[in-house]
Amino acid sequence: MIGLIGRKVGMTQLFDEKGDVLPVTVIQAGPCTVTEVRSADKNGYAAVQLGFGTNKEFRFTRPVLGQFKKRNLPPSRKLREFRTDGAPAEGGSAYEVGQSLTVALFEKGEHVDVRGVTKGRGFAGVVKRHKFAAGHASHGPTAGKQPGSIGASAYPSRVVKGKRLPGRMGGVNLTIKNLEVVAVDAEQHVMMVLGAIPGPPNGLVFVTKREG
Amino acid sequence: MGLIEKVEATQLKDGRPDLRPGDTVEVSVRVIEGDKERQQKFVGDIINVRGAGTRKTFTVRKISEGVGVERTFPLHGPSIAEIKVTKHSKVRRAKLFYLRRKTGKSARLTEQRTQ
Repeated sequence: MIGLIGRKVGMTQLFDEKGDVLPVTVIQAGPCTVTEVRSADKNGYAAVQLGFGTNKEFRFTRPVLGQFKKRNLPPSRKLREFRTDGAPAEGGSAYEVGQSLTVALFEKGEHVDVRGVTKGRGFAGVVKRHKFAAGHASHGPTAGKQPGSIGASAYPSRVVKGKRLPGRMGGVNLTIKNLEVVAVDAEQHVMMVLGAIPGPPNGLVFVTKREG
Repeated sequence: MGLIEKVEATQLKDGRPDLRPGDTVEVSVRVIEGDKERQQKFVGDIINVRGAGTRKTFTVRKISEGVGVERTFPLHGPSIAEIKVTKHSKVRRAKLFYLRRKTGKSARLTEQRTQ
Protein backbone atom coordinates (compact mmCIF):
# COMPACT_ATOMS: atom_id res chain seq x y z
CA MET A 1 0.00 0.00 0.00
CA ILE A 2 0.98 3.60 -0.55
CA GLY A 3 2.86 5.24 2.27
CA LEU A 4 5.59 7.66 3.10
CA ILE A 5 9.22 7.60 4.12
CA GLY A 6 9.96 9.50 7.30
CA ARG A 7 12.01 9.91 10.41
CA LYS A 8 11.09 9.08 13.95
CA VAL A 9 11.32 12.27 15.98
CA GLY A 10 10.65 10.81 19.39
CA MET A 11 7.92 10.08 21.87
CA THR A 12 5.83 12.31 24.05
CA GLN A 13 2.37 12.32 25.58
CA LEU A 14 -0.94 13.99 24.83
CA PHE A 15 -4.08 14.47 26.86
CA ASP A 16 -7.35 13.25 25.37
CA GLU A 17 -10.76 14.86 26.04
CA LYS A 18 -11.26 12.65 29.07
CA GLY A 19 -8.01 13.82 30.58
CA ASP A 20 -6.28 10.48 30.06
CA VAL A 21 -2.70 10.49 28.88
CA LEU A 22 -1.93 8.98 25.48
CA PRO A 23 1.61 7.83 24.63
CA VAL A 24 2.40 9.03 21.11
CA THR A 25 5.31 8.88 18.71
CA VAL A 26 6.05 11.92 16.58
CA ILE A 27 7.08 11.08 13.01
CA GLN A 28 8.41 13.52 10.45
CA ALA A 29 6.92 11.94 7.33
CA GLY A 30 7.63 13.21 3.86
CA PRO A 31 7.48 15.23 1.77
CA CYS A 32 8.31 12.45 -0.66
CA THR A 33 8.85 12.84 -4.38
CA VAL A 34 7.53 10.27 -6.80
CA THR A 35 10.68 9.23 -8.66
CA GLU A 36 9.31 6.34 -10.68
CA VAL A 37 5.93 4.77 -11.44
CA ARG A 38 5.72 1.04 -11.99
CA SER A 39 2.68 -0.29 -13.81
CA ALA A 40 1.20 -3.73 -14.20
CA ASP A 41 1.66 -3.59 -17.99
CA LYS A 42 5.29 -2.61 -17.94
CA ASN A 43 6.64 -4.11 -14.74
CA GLY A 44 4.10 -6.76 -13.79
CA TYR A 45 3.04 -4.91 -10.65
CA ALA A 46 1.80 -1.46 -9.72
CA ALA A 47 3.96 0.62 -7.44
CA VAL A 48 5.51 4.02 -6.94
CA GLN A 49 9.09 4.71 -6.03
CA LEU A 50 9.34 7.50 -3.51
CA GLY A 51 12.36 9.60 -2.64
CA PHE A 52 12.93 11.24 0.74
CA GLY A 53 15.48 13.73 2.02
CA THR A 54 18.41 15.34 0.27
CA ASN A 55 22.14 14.87 0.21
CA LYS A 56 25.16 16.46 -1.39
CA GLU A 57 25.64 15.48 -4.99
CA PHE A 58 29.04 13.87 -4.48
CA ARG A 59 27.49 11.43 -2.01
CA PHE A 60 25.69 9.69 -4.86
CA THR A 61 27.23 7.36 -7.39
CA ARG A 62 27.03 8.54 -10.96
CA PRO A 63 24.53 5.89 -12.09
CA VAL A 64 22.15 6.87 -9.29
CA LEU A 65 22.61 10.56 -9.92
CA GLY A 66 21.92 9.94 -13.60
CA GLN A 67 18.52 8.50 -12.73
CA PHE A 68 17.58 11.75 -11.00
CA LYS A 69 19.09 13.91 -13.74
CA LYS A 70 17.06 12.03 -16.35
CA ARG A 71 13.85 12.97 -14.53
CA ASN A 72 14.98 16.53 -13.68
CA LEU A 73 14.60 15.84 -9.98
CA PRO A 74 16.84 16.81 -7.07
CA PRO A 75 18.57 13.66 -5.75
CA SER A 76 16.86 11.98 -2.78
CA ARG A 77 18.83 10.36 0.00
CA LYS A 78 16.47 7.42 0.42
CA LEU A 79 14.41 5.61 -2.18
CA ARG A 80 11.73 3.03 -1.58
CA GLU A 81 8.93 1.44 -3.54
CA PHE A 82 5.38 1.28 -2.26
CA ARG A 83 2.93 -1.10 -3.92
CA THR A 84 -0.22 0.53 -5.23
CA ASP A 85 -2.02 -2.57 -6.52
CA GLY A 86 -5.77 -2.32 -6.75
CA ALA A 87 -5.87 1.11 -5.19
CA PRO A 88 -6.54 4.15 -7.34
CA ALA A 89 -4.32 7.08 -6.56
CA GLU A 90 -5.53 10.08 -4.65
CA GLY A 91 -8.39 11.81 -6.39
CA GLY A 92 -8.64 8.96 -8.91
CA SER A 93 -5.69 10.19 -10.95
CA ALA A 94 -2.54 8.20 -11.43
CA TYR A 95 0.76 8.99 -9.78
CA GLU A 96 3.21 11.02 -11.82
CA VAL A 97 6.96 11.32 -11.67
CA GLY A 98 7.87 14.51 -9.84
CA GLN A 99 4.66 14.59 -7.83
CA SER A 100 5.12 15.37 -4.14
CA LEU A 101 3.37 13.35 -1.45
CA THR A 102 2.91 14.79 2.03
CA VAL A 103 1.45 13.68 5.34
CA ALA A 104 -1.89 14.92 4.05
CA LEU A 105 -2.00 11.36 2.70
CA PHE A 106 -3.03 10.27 6.19
CA GLU A 107 -5.88 11.50 8.28
CA LYS A 108 -6.61 11.53 11.95
CA GLY A 109 -8.25 8.36 13.21
CA GLU A 110 -7.00 6.07 10.46
CA HIS A 111 -4.66 3.17 11.13
CA VAL A 112 -1.19 2.69 9.65
CA ASP A 113 1.72 0.25 9.72
CA VAL A 114 5.15 1.57 10.65
CA ARG A 115 8.32 -0.25 9.65
CA GLY A 116 11.80 0.52 10.89
CA VAL A 117 15.04 -1.02 12.09
CA THR A 118 15.04 -1.77 15.81
CA LYS A 119 17.79 -0.46 18.06
CA GLY A 120 20.78 -2.81 18.06
CA ARG A 121 21.24 -4.43 21.43
CA GLY A 122 24.44 -6.35 20.74
CA PHE A 123 25.03 -9.80 22.20
CA ALA A 124 22.11 -10.03 24.59
CA GLY A 125 21.42 -12.58 27.28
CA VAL A 126 18.41 -14.78 27.48
CA VAL A 127 16.45 -12.60 29.90
CA LYS A 128 16.54 -9.54 27.65
CA ARG A 129 16.40 -11.42 24.36
CA HIS A 130 13.71 -14.01 25.06
CA LYS A 131 12.02 -12.64 28.17
CA PHE A 132 13.17 -15.53 30.34
CA ALA A 133 12.33 -15.10 33.99
CA ALA A 134 15.53 -14.36 35.88
CA GLY A 135 16.45 -16.30 39.00
CA HIS A 136 16.44 -14.78 42.44
CA ALA A 137 19.15 -12.16 42.89
CA SER A 138 19.87 -13.14 46.49
CA HIS A 139 19.37 -16.19 48.77
CA GLY A 140 22.38 -18.28 47.89
CA PRO A 141 23.76 -19.71 44.67
CA THR A 142 20.72 -19.27 42.45
CA ALA A 143 20.66 -18.96 38.68
CA GLY A 144 20.61 -15.18 38.24
CA LYS A 145 20.26 -14.34 34.55
CA GLN A 146 21.64 -17.64 33.25
CA PRO A 147 19.63 -19.68 30.71
CA GLY A 148 19.61 -22.83 32.88
CA SER A 149 19.47 -26.31 31.37
CA ILE A 150 19.45 -26.37 27.57
CA GLY A 151 18.38 -29.98 27.21
CA ALA A 152 18.71 -33.59 28.34
CA SER A 153 21.93 -35.66 28.37
CA ALA A 154 22.45 -39.01 26.57
CA TYR A 155 19.27 -38.64 24.60
CA PRO A 156 19.23 -36.62 22.38
CA SER A 157 22.93 -35.81 23.01
CA ARG A 158 22.53 -32.49 21.23
CA VAL A 159 20.78 -29.18 21.68
CA VAL A 160 17.42 -29.06 19.92
CA LYS A 161 17.18 -26.72 16.96
CA GLY A 162 15.60 -23.37 17.68
CA LYS A 163 16.53 -23.50 21.37
CA ARG A 164 16.35 -19.93 22.65
CA LEU A 165 19.85 -18.90 23.69
CA PRO A 166 21.88 -15.69 24.03
CA GLY A 167 22.94 -13.95 20.85
CA ARG A 168 22.66 -10.86 18.70
CA MET A 169 19.54 -8.87 19.37
CA GLY A 170 17.98 -5.91 17.60
CA GLY A 171 19.06 -4.18 14.43
CA VAL A 172 16.41 -6.02 12.44
CA ASN A 173 13.45 -4.82 10.41
CA LEU A 174 10.25 -4.72 12.40
CA THR A 175 6.75 -3.66 11.38
CA ILE A 176 4.32 -2.45 14.00
CA LYS A 177 0.85 -2.94 12.55
CA ASN A 178 -2.38 -1.08 13.09
CA LEU A 179 -1.21 2.06 14.85
CA GLU A 180 -3.81 4.78 15.19
CA VAL A 181 -2.98 8.17 13.69
CA VAL A 182 -3.63 10.71 16.43
CA ALA A 183 -2.67 13.91 14.65
CA VAL A 184 -1.50 15.14 11.25
CA ASP A 185 0.18 18.49 10.69
CA ALA A 186 0.64 18.95 6.95
CA GLU A 187 2.37 22.29 7.39
CA GLN A 188 5.24 20.89 9.41
CA HIS A 189 5.15 17.45 7.75
CA VAL A 190 4.53 15.85 11.12
CA MET A 191 2.21 13.08 12.17
CA MET A 192 1.65 11.36 15.48
CA VAL A 193 0.74 7.73 16.06
CA LEU A 194 -0.46 6.04 19.21
CA GLY A 195 2.22 3.89 20.81
CA ALA A 196 5.84 3.09 20.10
CA ILE A 197 7.60 2.42 16.81
CA PRO A 198 10.94 0.70 16.11
CA GLY A 199 14.28 2.46 16.05
CA PRO A 200 16.07 5.36 17.69
CA PRO A 201 15.07 9.01 17.37
CA ASN A 202 16.04 10.23 13.91
CA GLY A 203 15.81 6.65 12.62
CA LEU A 204 14.37 6.03 9.18
CA VAL A 205 10.80 4.66 9.16
CA PHE A 206 8.27 3.70 6.52
CA VAL A 207 4.66 4.56 7.22
CA THR A 208 2.12 2.70 5.10
CA LYS A 209 -1.63 2.87 4.82
CA ARG A 210 -3.55 -0.28 5.74
CA GLU A 211 -5.54 -2.10 3.12
CA GLY A 212 -9.31 -1.83 3.13
CA MET B 1 12.92 24.49 19.31
CA GLY B 2 12.68 20.82 18.47
CA LEU B 3 9.59 19.24 17.03
CA ILE B 4 8.79 17.43 20.26
CA GLU B 5 8.82 20.71 22.18
CA LYS B 6 6.58 22.27 19.54
CA VAL B 7 4.07 19.46 19.95
CA GLU B 8 4.20 19.71 23.71
CA ALA B 9 3.80 23.49 23.65
CA THR B 10 0.33 23.06 22.18
CA GLN B 11 -0.60 20.91 25.17
CA LEU B 12 0.44 23.39 27.84
CA LYS B 13 -2.38 25.22 29.58
CA ASP B 14 -2.15 28.95 30.15
CA GLY B 15 -2.66 30.37 33.58
CA ARG B 16 -1.42 27.43 35.57
CA PRO B 17 0.39 28.82 38.62
CA ASP B 18 4.01 28.15 39.48
CA LEU B 19 3.56 25.60 42.24
CA ARG B 20 6.10 24.93 44.95
CA PRO B 21 6.24 22.29 47.65
CA GLY B 22 4.62 23.64 50.77
CA ASP B 23 1.97 25.65 48.94
CA THR B 24 -1.59 25.23 50.11
CA VAL B 25 -3.84 24.89 47.08
CA GLU B 26 -7.47 24.56 46.12
CA VAL B 27 -7.71 22.35 43.04
CA SER B 28 -11.03 22.40 41.19
CA VAL B 29 -11.39 19.05 39.48
CA ARG B 30 -13.88 18.40 36.71
CA VAL B 31 -16.03 15.41 37.59
CA ILE B 32 -18.29 13.87 34.95
CA GLU B 33 -21.29 12.03 36.33
CA GLY B 34 -23.42 10.53 33.61
CA ASP B 35 -23.93 13.42 31.22
CA LYS B 36 -23.52 16.11 33.87
CA GLU B 37 -20.31 17.85 34.74
CA ARG B 38 -19.55 19.44 38.07
CA GLN B 39 -16.49 20.65 39.91
CA GLN B 40 -15.04 19.18 43.02
CA LYS B 41 -12.51 20.92 45.22
CA PHE B 42 -9.47 19.20 46.62
CA VAL B 43 -7.78 21.35 49.24
CA GLY B 44 -4.42 20.52 50.76
CA ASP B 45 -0.67 21.04 50.85
CA ILE B 46 1.65 20.30 47.95
CA ILE B 47 4.18 17.73 49.04
CA ASN B 48 5.76 16.90 45.69
CA VAL B 49 6.29 18.58 42.31
CA ARG B 50 7.99 16.57 39.61
CA GLY B 51 8.56 16.50 35.87
CA ALA B 52 8.63 19.29 33.34
CA GLY B 53 6.50 20.51 30.46
CA THR B 54 3.37 18.45 29.84
CA ARG B 55 4.65 15.76 32.18
CA LYS B 56 4.74 18.02 35.22
CA THR B 57 2.68 16.67 38.11
CA PHE B 58 2.08 17.70 41.70
CA THR B 59 0.86 15.79 44.73
CA VAL B 60 -1.61 17.32 47.18
CA ARG B 61 -1.98 15.90 50.68
CA LYS B 62 -4.85 16.58 53.03
CA ILE B 63 -6.26 15.04 56.16
CA SER B 64 -9.81 13.93 55.51
CA GLU B 65 -11.75 12.75 58.56
CA GLY B 66 -8.56 11.76 60.29
CA VAL B 67 -7.22 9.87 57.29
CA GLY B 68 -4.39 11.18 55.19
CA VAL B 69 -5.39 11.46 51.51
CA GLU B 70 -2.99 12.21 48.67
CA ARG B 71 -3.82 12.92 45.09
CA THR B 72 -1.44 13.49 42.20
CA PHE B 73 -2.57 15.75 39.37
CA PRO B 74 -1.01 16.45 35.98
CA LEU B 75 -0.45 20.22 36.02
CA HIS B 76 -1.62 20.64 32.43
CA GLY B 77 -4.34 17.99 32.49
CA PRO B 78 -7.74 19.01 31.10
CA SER B 79 -9.53 17.56 34.12
CA ILE B 80 -8.28 20.44 36.25
CA ALA B 81 -10.51 23.49 35.97
CA GLU B 82 -8.60 25.80 38.28
CA ILE B 83 -5.73 25.83 40.75
CA LYS B 84 -5.78 28.48 43.48
CA VAL B 85 -2.75 28.96 45.71
CA THR B 86 -3.95 30.17 49.08
CA LYS B 87 -0.75 30.02 51.13
CA HIS B 88 2.99 29.65 50.71
CA SER B 89 4.74 27.87 53.55
CA LYS B 90 8.33 27.92 54.65
CA VAL B 91 9.84 24.59 53.72
CA ARG B 92 13.44 23.47 53.53
CA ARG B 93 13.18 20.53 51.17
CA ALA B 94 11.75 19.73 47.75
CA LYS B 95 9.76 16.67 48.81
CA LEU B 96 7.65 16.85 51.94
CA PHE B 97 7.12 13.12 52.32
CA TYR B 98 8.08 13.39 56.01
CA LEU B 99 4.61 14.83 56.61
CA ARG B 100 3.22 11.34 56.17
CA ARG B 101 4.78 10.27 59.45
CA LYS B 102 3.52 13.34 61.29
CA THR B 103 0.09 13.91 62.74
CA GLY B 104 -1.71 16.77 64.44
CA LYS B 105 0.33 19.79 65.45
CA SER B 106 3.65 18.53 64.13
CA ALA B 107 2.18 18.07 60.66
CA ARG B 108 1.64 21.80 60.25
CA LEU B 109 3.65 24.03 57.95
CA THR B 110 4.59 27.59 58.86
CA GLU B 111 3.45 30.30 56.51
CA GLN B 112 6.06 32.25 54.63
CA ARG B 113 5.73 35.97 55.10
CA THR B 114 6.42 38.00 52.00
CA GLN B 115 6.53 41.77 51.77
